[in-house]
Amino acid sequence: MHHNEPLNDRNVSEQSPYFYVDIEAYPTTNWDKFKQVVKRTFNGELFVGLWVVMREMIKFDIHTVQYPKEKLPIGPRYRAVHKLLRLWESGYERCIGCGLCEKICISDCIRMETKIDENSRKEVTEYSINLGRCIFCGYCAEVCPELAIVHGQRYENGSEQRAHFVIKDDMLTPLDWLTSGQQEEFPGFGAITPNESVTKTPLAY
Amino acid sequence: MDMAFIIETIVKIVVILLVFSALAGLGTYFERKVLAFMQRRLGPMHVGPFGLLQVAADGVKLFTKEDIIPQNVVKPIFKIAPVITAATAFMAAAAIPFWPEFSVFGYKVHPIVADVNIGILYVLGVMAIGLYGPLLGGMASANKFSLISAARSAAVFISYEVISGLSLLAPLMMVGSLSLIDINNYQAGGIGNWIVWSQPVAFILFWIAAFAETGRTPFHLIANDHEIIDGFGTEYSGMRWGLFFIGEYANMFFISFVIAIIFLGGFGDGSIAGAFQLLLKVSFFFFFFLWTRAAWPDVRPDQLMWLCWKVLMPLAVVNVVITGLVMMF
Repeated sequence: MHHNEPLNDRNVSEQSPYFYVDIEAYPTTNWDKFKQVVKRTFNGELFVGLWVVMREMIKFDIHTVQYPKEKLPIGPRYRAVHKLLRLWESGYERCIGCGLCEKICISDCIRMETKIDENSRKEVTEYSINLGRCIFCGYCAEVCPELAIVHGQRYENGSEQRAHFVIKDDMLTPLDWLTSGQQEEFPGFGAITPNESVTKTPLAY
Repeated sequence: MDMAFIIETIVKIVVILLVFSALAGLGTYFERKVLAFMQRRLGPMHVGPFGLLQVAADGVKLFTKEDIIPQNVVKPIFKIAPVITAATAFMAAAAIPFWPEFSVFGYKVHPIVADVNIGILYVLGVMAIGLYGPLLGGMASANKFSLISAARSAAVFISYEVISGLSLLAPLMMVGSLSLIDINNYQAGGIGNWIVWSQPVAFILFWIAAFAETGRTPFHLIANDHEIIDGFGTEYSGMRWGLFFIGEYANMFFISFVIAIIFLGGFGDGSIAGAFQLLLKVSFFFFFFLWTRAAWPDVRPDQLMWLCWKVLMPLAVVNVVITGLVMMF
């Protein structure tokens, strides 16, 4: 009796590698049970099992990832510890201090302090995220109008304390990384392509 | 009984104890490695080169762990049970010839602690006493899983003593001696003289019984992790649990020696080549214990009893009768 899975059709057919396992009816009489035992004893199934594991041992096709030494690549949309990015053309911080990330944060773990600097531009003096409370939902990166805060790839954020913070200096791309082209763009919706077509913003004049 | 004999015997006992305690530790290493390779894993890798010092790390852990005696256990029995398992395993080794005779500086060494003329009977008997380790440990633990394990171990061990005894009867009738050295010398003529050719059924039956008596995987229901936690070992910690472990692994080595000596020619004519062949045979049987653990599922307790009493025991009896008829005519 096969039931159809409406959303997950595994396409069982004669051409596909998937097939339904043929399960015999359970024996009912003693004589049938005896025949089944004899059949199973002498058809060598036990040796098939022995051969399979021995084959895998000889092939030595090890699938272990030795984690601290080797790491698996993670997807570009992975939401790990946040990064604050800089503008490619001027090297200035992208963050305009609008405070949307602080507002939208559902676990209330972002805290920022801003002031108006001497150029009448809003400057972010403090920016910290409590990683002990952050649930890495990605709302801050999604709401940011400037692609200033994005999620990075650094997922090893173990700590000795429940509340441990990343501050602005930890997250902001260092200037020498920017000049050597190490700042990676967020490749999601609305991302810019870092090349010569990026023009200077009016702020740089 | 002169002094030299006593000193020599004590030296042999110490050597066997040290070598097989170390081998039991290394056995766990090989088991983890072999199982890992068969499952496309790496096994222990971080302690020492290729994880070799994992054995030492485990030893340090076992020796320094707190020895917990739970509140409701029967304390004297709970404490003595692991010692019974380890002690009987090593006592059984007294009648096993591990190596042919050799001479060191002109002094002839017999690498067997006691060449008694009932060797195999002694080995099987002492191994049978090993039953009391799991049985008493499980019953004294005040733990329902341990109790189930104790009941199972009593049933399995006693049942499979029948198989191992009856299956050995036929080869012993042919040899006419219970001494393992006599059995070995009976097959000294080379590979054609091995008892396995004349007694294949007895060989298979004894091999199956060896799995049951060491509690290895197809018959691992005495301490089956997924149903009864660690069985009789559930309440044990530290070195008391380690003694159960050493006993189990030493038993695997000793039963491998017994199978190799009785059925596969042992050390043959006593040459160096024969001695190394014996080690190879023992290594194969030990490896097979690990191999089956990676490949085969466990059977249920009722299936195990069914296999013992309705299949293996009749086969063993028929084998004995046929051997007797052939020897008579």
